Amino acid sequence: MLSRVAECLYWMSRYLERAEHTARLIDVDLQLGLDQSPLAGSERSRRLFEALQVPQRLIGRLDSVSITHTLTLNRANPSSIFCCVAAARDNLGHVRDQCSSKMWESLNCLYLQTHDVPQTESSVLQSHEFFQSVRDGGYLFQGITDSTMTHGEGWHYIQLGRFIERMESIAALVGAYFEGLSQPPDQTIDGAEYLEWVGLLKSCDAFEAYCKAYSAELRPQRVAEFLLLTREFPHSLRFSAEMIHTALRLAAKLTKRNAELPVRLSGRLRATLSLTPIAEIMAKGVQDYLNTVRKQCGQAHAAVNQIYFNYPVESLVAA
Amino acid sequence: MTTAAAARTLPKPPFLNYQFGRAYDEMFERPGMPRRHYQALYRTLLESPPEELRKNQQAADLSFLHQGITFTVYGNGEGTERIFPNDLLPRIIPGREWRKVEAGLTQRITALNLFLKDIYHEGRILSARVVPRELVYSCRHFRREMCGLNVPRDAYVSVCGTDLVRLPDGSFAVLEDNLRVPSGVSYMLANRKVLKRVFPTLFRDYGVCSVDHYAQGLLSTLLSLAPANCPDPAEAAIVLLTPGVFNSAYFEHTFLAQQMGIELVEGRDLLVHDNVVYTRTTAGLRRVDIIYRRVDDDFVDSLCFRADSGLGVPGLFNAYRAGNVTLANAIGTGVADDKAIFAFVPAMISYYLGEEPILPNVKTYLLSETSDRAYVLDHLAELVVKAVGESGGYGMLIGPHSTTEQQEEFRCRILAEPRNYIAQPTLALSQAPCYLDGEVEARHVDLRPYILYGENITLVPGALTRVALRRGSLVVNSSQGGGSKDTWVLRE
Repeated sequence: MLSRVAECLYWMSRYLERAEHTARLIDVDLQLGLDQSPLAGSERSRRLFEALQVPQRLIGRLDSVSITHTLTLNRANPSSIFCCVAAARDNLGHVRDQCSSKMWESLNCLYLQTHDVPQTESSVLQSHEFFQSVRDGGYLFQGITDSTMTHGEGWHYIQLGRFIERMESIAALVGAYFEGLSQPPDQTIDGAEYLEWVGLLKSCDAFEAYCKAYSAELRPQRVAEFLLLTREFPHSLRFSAEMIHTALRLAAKLTKRNAELPVRLSGRLRATLSLTPIAEIMAKGVQDYLNTVRKQCGQAHAAVNQIYFNYPVESLVAA
Repeated sequence: MTTAAAARTLPKPPFLNYQFGRAYDEMFERPGMPRRHYQALYRTLLESPPEELRKNQQAADLSFLHQGITFTVYGNGEGTERIFPNDLLPRIIPGREWRKVEAGLTQRITALNLFLKDIYHEGRILSARVVPRELVYSCRHFRREMCGLNVPRDAYVSVCGTDLVRLPDGSFAVLEDNLRVPSGVSYMLANRKVLKRVFPTLFRDYGVCSVDHYAQGLLSTLLSLAPANCPDPAEAAIVLLTPGVFNSAYFEHTFLAQQMGIELVEGRDLLVHDNVVYTRTTAGLRRVDIIYRRVDDDFVDSLCFRADSGLGVPGLFNAYRAGNVTLANAIGTGVADDKAIFAFVPAMISYYLGEEPILPNVKTYLLSETSDRAYVLDHLAELVVKAVGESGGYGMLIGPHSTTEQQEEFRCRILAEPRNYIAQPTLALSQAPCYLDGEVEARHVDLRPYILYGENITLVPGALTRVALRRGSLVVNSSQGGGSKDTWVLRE
């Protein structure tokens, strides 16, 4: 497979995952706002911006409505939902011959939907429907991809992009919640904070799954354990690490490359997430642990880029 | 005239607006009397309820849109995607007529390839003064770099699209050859796919020759052109080089790559090391042996040709010279489709093959010749003047449709650079029935068959019929409001 094609598939997938994640976070935030949650609006906004890694220079200047616009429809902000969907479509458009026509159609539809939203219409930003349609578009695309595309090399780059992006964004999100935590992590959350932590789980599509595992009683430590270490839940860090590692092992096998570096780095990431007990994570600090995970994830990304996408040609022609 | 005969010649719906001029009519011998091979289609059109045809046209348009069979129109700011207009009614060519076209085009491409080999080697035809030396050397598409270079099987032009027109007497003549990077073949295939769905019974009863094997024919033509130093000619690696997603023919590039099962690459996917071309893949570098390139000569190698080109591959031409890679078509074929050199193709056929040309050329006046020039300048209002190096319907003066100012402008241009222009009579291109807004009307058409030249010469029995959709217009280019229709070559 051409390196350019692989890279386009990878970034297409990352951009789409980012759009979906942003839509989910803002949607949850809107709903929390409706419930008149007593937590000061400013504190919730701070957490949202931190989770989405909005640059500080934007936050200082704008009120919350215009920040939502910046995150959603603004064509000048490369991380806005619109720009992410457009970038995903752009990447797929360059390699249209490599994907199924259903995949293109579905992504193109999602693009046209976000494109047709009137820029000036601020009511759209208060409505659940817009964000729901972006989320649904993401789920639909993923389903079509999984059932119409050969699960070969190209599909593995799509998987890789999706789960590397997911890991980055969930780590940032969990970090933002634990930073503002004022109570001991192993105690039940109630009162004002309860809805906020339901919001965290919902931001990962995890509330129902969490309830099945632990009941609706929320404790920060359990929430962390669920979102970080559950092997079977698709929006947990550990699940993402498993997927990243599998994709890289299979890509190395399919390309018959001596591609040890990405496999080794993703293996270490997987070990970090599968072998560390939650108690130890809590004792050393969630932030530290998340930083380690994000650093290792970034290293895996860099290795993929260096081995598969943009390798120095000199190293190969000299041989 | 008896009442019965009069009734027969009266136009019936949907033919009420069908008009006749001096052009040859593909469908009717005379008003109301279809030619034998058009009778079945004529009956179908008379009998089909109007809403059925309309529905079929809508279904066809939708199918083009969904498949993404669009081209990009530039102008007014950003490029916009449009579907290439497709006309619902097939253009039908009987088998015996096709056989003559086939023989004529086979003869023509053979002579053209011999000509290209000759002018890039000994130049016998120039020494014999059959083709003027200065005309060849002054051509913008003549590539000195190609002199003395041998190409596999002497196939300079391996993919050719020749534009034919039908004269008022019903005979075919050649309007121009496209020997550089001819496009449009995907529309031939897409039109066929749609029409098979729209007129299944008619299609079956007519006994239409299949065109579906074009991609396979192209693939084996390319495979037969492995370069001299190819490590394993049987397993030669072929790629299709596209200028990229912004090119107006990008759909065709993806389509052909997919149909042939070869990699679609852009210039940045390729690199040259030690005169060998490689693709950058996730599995490392992979050697490339044959490049079906859809990038113009000027842009293929920024070290050799235009230095500002980002579309090509630096060093590609050296790899080509070294015999490590084949480019199809070869570099420098544009000299043979220069509109002034075109006038000499019949002479080439006699010179190299000792045969009479089977398909005549459209009469062409060379403005570099004093007597031709005097005639043309006197008759600007009747002739079509074309710039020799242009294509796509740009840089033309259509005498009868022009203003005095335009004619004066061309007069100045011609006098300034006579070598740069040729003139041809304004042709009455033949007209064929087209389905437009619920009516069948006559529109002018041409015919572009595609010829493949490798180990064998292959012509798929079919062609792109281009249609000038604007009433009275003679310009069929897609960039100028043209469309296309399926072409049915009959077995009998």
